[in-house]
Amino acid sequence: MNFMYERILGGKNGAIGLAILAVLILIVLPLALDLFRLNLVGKYLTYAFAAVSLVLLWGYGGILSLGQGVFFGLGGYCMAMFLKLEASDPVTTKIQSTPGIPDFMDWNQLTELPWFWEPFNSFGFTILAVLLVPTIFAFIIGFSMFKRRVGGVYFAIITQIIALILTVLIVGQQGYTGGINGITDLKTIHGWDIRDDSSKYILYFINAFLLLAVVFASRFILTSKFGRLLMAMRDKEDRVRFSGYDVSNFKIFVFCFSAMISAIGGAMFTLQVGFMSPSFVGIVPSIEMVIYAAVGGRMSLIGVIYGTLLVNFGKTMFSETFPELWLYLMGALFIGVVMYFPNGLAGIWEKHGHKLVGCVKNMQCVSSIKTMIESKRTARLSAESASGK
Amino acid sequence: MSYTDFTLAIEDLTVSFDGFKAVDSLNLYVDKDELRVVIGPNGAGKTTVLDLICGKTKSTSGSIKFKNKELTELAEHEIVHAGVGRKFQTPSIYENLSVYDNLEVSYPKGRGVFGSLMFKNTEEVDARIKEVASEIFLGDFLDMESALLSHGQKQWLEIGMLLIQDPELLMLDEPVAGMSVKEREQTAELLNRICKGRSVLVIEHDMDFVEKIAHKVTVLHQGRILAEGDMQSVQNNPEVIEVYLGH
Repeated sequence: MNFMYERILGGKNGAIGLAILAVLILIVLPLALDLFRLNLVGKYLTYAFAAVSLVLLWGYGGILSLGQGVFFGLGGYCMAMFLKLEASDPVTTKIQSTPGIPDFMDWNQLTELPWFWEPFNSFGFTILAVLLVPTIFAFIIGFSMFKRRVGGVYFAIITQIIALILTVLIVGQQGYTGGINGITDLKTIHGWDIRDDSSKYILYFINAFLLLAVVFASRFILTSKFGRLLMAMRDKEDRVRFSGYDVSNFKIFVFCFSAMISAIGGAMFTLQVGFMSPSFVGIVPSIEMVIYAAVGGRMSLIGVIYGTLLVNFGKTMFSETFPELWLYLMGALFIGVVMYFPNGLAGIWEKHGHKLVGCVKNMQCVSSIKTMIESKRTARLSAESASGK
Repeated sequence: MSYTDFTLAIEDLTVSFDGFKAVDSLNLYVDKDELRVVIGPNGAGKTTVLDLICGKTKSTSGSIKFKNKELTELAEHEIVHAGVGRKFQTPSIYENLSVYDNLEVSYPKGRGVFGSLMFKNTEEVDARIKEVASEIFLGDFLDMESALLSHGQKQWLEIGMLLIQDPELLMLDEPVAGMSVKEREQTAELLNRICKGRSVLVIEHDMDFVEKIAHKVTVLHQGRILAEGDMQSVQNNPEVIEVYLGH
């Protein structure tokens, strides 16, 4: 029980934060918003998976990845491949020259299903692929870089380039991937229509519960000795190495884990939004994910979820009214946060939140302000009388 | 290579950086229970020797045997697992963590990825951390964030982080740099205490301090050994005097 409380919930503060978040996304938002808006929140929350992954990787590990979109996208594409195959049964695609294969393959003169698409007929395989394809990919990248001690800005640049390469690859291999349009017209899982209103609610809640589960798992990692080692590595990598730890293994693990989390988000994105395209894989979404983490507070598993929601609400609002200004605003936001609030929303909350809570609790705000004004006035009066003399 | 009784046996060790030989066919033997101090002018190759032993720098040729195990072929963490601990010149501690956490992170259990995830702080671990903390004069500072420690206390903490691993060879690079007179005395006492049952290799400039701790002194100059022996004989060696005062 104690283990649960300290290690998974993160003690008293962690538990309260989690409870508030859970109430917000499981009760308040579903009751307060119409389905269209709730679906939008669900979409934002899928990005939060990537933001949480960056807390481990970037906040604690000091490893800045500008390629989390890669893993988000791979997870999303794996899920989309399954849905697309189910949506492309021979009856609905009978007008194609080759019925039974996804429409975009037919447009690109493919006459049979490519071999790597075959296993995605199975839902079980798809779930495994969502989790393992990005993790194995991250392992290959992580192994080849961390074993050679590539880090810092070089790692950031390389991950960004991988994001670019993958986008180019997906766009270029239209017949196999759906190209720039992505994989669209997704309909059912074993006949269960994901576009229904009720399915949208169900998917929203599955997504919310998965996100909370991911926060639990991440908390478990961060409160273990592994978590302290991550911080230690960020500050004094050599000291950790010469204390008998194989630093690269720890980095590889955290990179793989962060990839897996992001991939879950990507798969849930595909399910809730109903398509997947290269625009969620590339450089821009990857950097946006870093901004969500920075705004929310990269050391806070809960803060980044609020950060993600806030930035995305802002994006939706502003891009409806001033679409051309949004990108500049987001850039300014990022710079501002990094310069003035390095710990983001979570940092502001930690600094000033307890005052707010205390005020609400005791209603002493008024009296404390009164005393403050009072003492200032006496100070000024005495200063004036002193200068008068 | 020959079989030796020494804890540390360095033979014919050479490292050259683009032709410059920072360490040049060095032979150095350290016994168990011995506290050896290496001195020498700037650029003599003192720190490089420590770098070579702990695997930070790879040697060009020669051998480093620790308990008859060749270290030059091992990775850094394997050298630590073999029983070698090294303190860096500037105190290298985890400033964001408390003194307690610094020691816990250095505790030699749960060194793998999954081991560290499952690592549990048992009573045994807790007792050991407190024991080491009081040994390094930080028993009352366990909960303090280590960034707030004084420079000297940071030096001690790093020594403690090595002690908790109970290494058989302890290497300290300028352990009293930036310490007050009183702290130096305490450190001398600490080193005399901890060199029992292990070998200690210290690099130091402060001659008063060296006199207090050294069993034997090795003088390095331009990557070679200039003199070796007890403090008295080294101080009276005309070549040593020439190197230190002549230029």
